Amino acid sequence: MKFGVVVFPGTWSDRDMRLALSGVEGAEAIPLWHKERDLNGVDCVILPGGFSYGDYLRTGAIARFSPVLESVVEFAAQGGLVLGSCNGFQVLCEAGLLPGALVRNANLEFRCQWQHIVCERDDTPFTQGIRTGEVLRIPISHGEGNYVADPAALSRLEQNRQVVFRYCDSRGLVEAEANPNGSQHNIAGIVNERGNVLGMMPHPERCADADLGGVDGLRLFAAILRTPAGARMA
Amino acid sequence: MRTARVLVTPKPVINDPQGATVKQALNSLGFAGVHEVRIGKYLEIQLQASSDAEARSEVEQMCRKLLANGVIEDFRFDVDPAEEAEKAAAAADAKAAQGRSGEG
Repeated sequence: MKFGVVVFPGTWSDRDMRLALSGVEGAEAIPLWHKERDLNGVDCVILPGGFSYGDYLRTGAIARFSPVLESVVEFAAQGGLVLGSCNGFQVLCEAGLLPGALVRNANLEFRCQWQHIVCERDDTPFTQGIRTGEVLRIPISHGEGNYVADPAALSRLEQNRQVVFRYCDSRGLVEAEANPNGSQHNIAGIVNERGNVLGMMPHPERCADADLGGVDGLRLFAAILRTPAGARMA
Repeated sequence: MRTARVLVTPKPVINDPQGATVKQALNSLGFAGVHEVRIGKYLEIQLQASSDAEARSEVEQMCRKLLANGVIEDFRFDVDPAEEAEKAAAAADAKAAQGRSGEG
């Protein structure tokens, strides 16, 4: 399965992402430069973390108008799998592929730490094999991960079960104390209604090697690989 | 050339922790009357447009497409009529042209 890892000026997690994927059997990862429109036939697009275009104006605001994003929007509309992590999540919200926005952490801190998140559903292409209610430990690293949406959008998200990950404590309790950034409803990751676009603040590529403290990130990549080719572009 | 001045502000329902922090700092400096601070962005845009109406419509589109995120921000702007400046520039050009023809 071929992954395309998008690289904007200021992206910093693209190499980690490709390195993590290189350890996954059956996965091949190529970089996709922001000026290119050709997605080179990838099965899954990854928008990695970083500070695309310096995060000028707003996080993800400029990246959203890059040539590669035009193709990614089209790819997503056809049912292609898209995973945005950290800055990638911010770009997906700016591009309108996901509802809501990510604003400055309520505590005004840049949080770089291990974080527990609980999986809210095991029936997305990104979470197959992870049990609903299972707690994962995945690093976060952001200053603007505070998820906000207007009340109507938020209730739609909950009604449609679009919240995939929530910040929690080590036992899986979703509490205010376990929320690192003030996100509404402790939201750490959401999918679009169709379920083929996931945005999450945590960095799965940073826990894909036991020597680096954890391998929970590999669970997401394994899930994507489990998605049948037909379903990837359904 | 016209000058547009755009203000982008967090929507009233959006928490503004930066503003809250600055408010506290002002209070602790003795500005006891400060009740709330909201922090936004100010953009000054020089643009070419054939009329004020065209300039306004362009700036409005800029705000909707890029400068503000409607989920979290409001925007407002004004555009300098700039006629005075343009008239002055035109007059200066005319004077210069006259000067050149006088020399010729």
